[in-house]
Amino acid sequence: MYEIVEKENLADNVKLFGIDAPLVAKKAKPGNFIVLRVDEHGERIPVTITDFDVKKGTVTIVVQEVGKTTKKLGLLTEGDALLNFAGPLGHPSEIKNYGHVVCIGGGVGIALIYPEVRAFKEAGNTVTSIIGARTEDLLIFEEKISKYSDKFYITTDDGSKGRKGFVSDVLKELMDGEEKIDLVMVVGPVIMMKIIAELTKPYGIKTVASLNPIMVDGTGMCGGCRVIVGGEAKFACVDGPEFDAHLVDFDNLMARNRRFLDEERMALEG
Amino acid sequence: MAEAEKKKKKIPKKTHEMPEQNPLERIKNFGEVALGYDFETAKAEAERCLQCERKEGKELCIDGCPVEIDIPKFIKCISEERLDDAVEILKDKNDLPAICGRVCPQEQQCQKYCTLGKGKGRDPVAIGRLERFVADYDMEKGYSAPEYITSLSKKVAIVGSGPAGLTAAGDLAKLGYDVTIYEALHGSGGVLRYGIPEFRLPKAILDKEVGYIKKLGVKLETDVVIGKTILVDELLEEFDAVFIGTGAGAPMFMRIPGENLNGIYSANEFLTRINLMKAYKFPEYDTPIKVGEKVAIIGGGNVTMDSARCALRLGAKESTVVYRRSEEEMPARREEVEHAKEEGVVFKLLTNPVRYLGEDGNVKQMECIEMKLGEPDASGRRRPIPIEGSEFLMDVDTVVVAIGNTPNPLVPSTTEGLETTKRGTIVVNEDGKASIDGVYAGGDITTGAATVISAMGAGKRAARAIDEYLKAK
Repeated sequence: MYEIVEKENLADNVKLFGIDAPLVAKKAKPGNFIVLRVDEHGERIPVTITDFDVKKGTVTIVVQEVGKTTKKLGLLTEGDALLNFAGPLGHPSEIKNYGHVVCIGGGVGIALIYPEVRAFKEAGNTVTSIIGARTEDLLIFEEKISKYSDKFYITTDDGSKGRKGFVSDVLKELMDGEEKIDLVMVVGPVIMMKIIAELTKPYGIKTVASLNPIMVDGTGMCGGCRVIVGGEAKFACVDGPEFDAHLVDFDNLMARNRRFLDEERMALEG
Repeated sequence: MAEAEKKKKKIPKKTHEMPEQNPLERIKNFGEVALGYDFETAKAEAERCLQCERKEGKELCIDGCPVEIDIPKFIKCISEERLDDAVEILKDKNDLPAICGRVCPQEQQCQKYCTLGKGKGRDPVAIGRLERFVADYDMEKGYSAPEYITSLSKKVAIVGSGPAGLTAAGDLAKLGYDVTIYEALHGSGGVLRYGIPEFRLPKAILDKEVGYIKKLGVKLETDVVIGKTILVDELLEEFDAVFIGTGAGAPMFMRIPGENLNGIYSANEFLTRINLMKAYKFPEYDTPIKVGEKVAIIGGGNVTMDSARCALRLGAKESTVVYRRSEEEMPARREEVEHAKEEGVVFKLLTNPVRYLGEDGNVKQMECIEMKLGEPDASGRRRPIPIEGSEFLMDVDTVVVAIGNTPNPLVPSTTEGLETTKRGTIVVNEDGKASIDGVYAGGDITTGAATVISAMGAGKRAARAIDEYLKAK
């Protein structure tokens, strides 16, 4: 059992959990994910690691309540425990000094881009961060991310905070501006990652996306998470989860993420 | 029995059949298909045994057993109604008899060498069924497991709780070592848990067998992915020896157009959802599985049969095995093929898919090509050759790709100095010793995908070698 030592409601349906998992914390790196199971009847779901504290032995994850498992998780509180918590899985991000890195996080992806922002900054990069959400209430981690960013932009679809519009609007302007961009790192909804990839491609800017396909084991055993990268099937769990966004078939990923939609609805109605 | 009387008594030519669930009934449930012998039947079957004596140059049942069970002796105990003694003889060599009695291909092992079975028109003694009978008797009684207390201070880590790891762990614990198994998944048993369906190996049986290994003093740590959570190098700092039994868990795909369409599963994903995650009980269990009306399963092995039979139980109207060679070359056990046929699985042989066609991201059709058999290839089986111009379309809404697995690369790719072959298997000597001092390996990770019992045999040999290594250390 893995105890929940911290819980925070970050936004409507977006919750942060600190989990007591010393072995995972010891090995965790930005870009890694874990697989968890809430209870005996539960699914195994992958969640990207947001933060980790080797000394305390804790791993922080941020979860948006969208399906049965994440809703079950949302009901848990400090002192409760998860039945299973395995990791860190996947390849960590390739953190080095690229020069100027633009980090883009959308929705719950904001929490997932945070460890990357921090690591890129600590590796000596100039970091520009763009975070976006539908509305102000859904914005999370503003302070944390701005702390490690040289430039920091917020967008909301409705204009309730920051600039009205999308993260891609800001990126477009930056690319057309004076400053050279060496790497774009993006985590968020598939459609957003697709748009960003299409945007940067003509500029020839290296772009990396962290993919979120449906997984079961997370260790390369089931192949459920296969994504098409450069025309070839790759397993996101062991070959990724980060890939060159210009090579990813995002349409296929979107379709594959819908493959249990009916069942997911049925599970929620229970 | 007096000698004269023994001579008089005629040995029945045919083996005693084991009762089974009716095929029409069983395809509606996941309950076990084969129901096991009762005591009378087991005794009668045991009495068929000729009790051959071992002689130089003559191969007997024992020679076909990878874990070296004294088969005539345990069978004799059954015929003499000494079941506790039979248990003791079985467990002396095999910690997982209830599993072996169910999933071993006995027809290719012990039973192949049975003297009785070599007679014209005679069946061999049903050794597997008798093993299962004795193991189930022991289990029902709540086990005769001795309480082992770890007596040696030396520690051994086992990576993977599949058949190889469980066997190595059990044997080392019996020798007095302090043994810890690390398992990546949340459930123990490896392929026994995620691969073999409930109707062939009930998970309650597996739980009890694993429980027995724990009773021997073995510790089991789940959720630990060796190569990620802990590295083999780190294990070597804490343990005196390490055994790697991580299996052949990486699924193969055909790499043909359309294979990423929705509705196409690897057999591993299909079976893992059903078995490990209990998707057959969805929505009582949260993990879903989607099975359509027309299911095609690609391949010809036991995993193919398991998938085809699961599909029927999950409501498929047609479950069709598509295999590129003929029935004769199928690697699946005869018994499994027969069970599948009884249940209504259709076999489309000498046929191979070439691409998948979809609509809205879902698979709708499969283009296949007919095959013919050519000269034997490296595997000794006749090589399938496509017949030009024979392409045809098959309507499908679910496809399970069951063409095999490759060794799991997690441990080899994160362990420096661990020698592997081109195929990704770990290089070991005949005792299971790998290229790093103190590291041993066995099972599918060293051989490529094979059987449960051969993995257990490898676990057994490695345990013996580890014992010798640690005694000399």
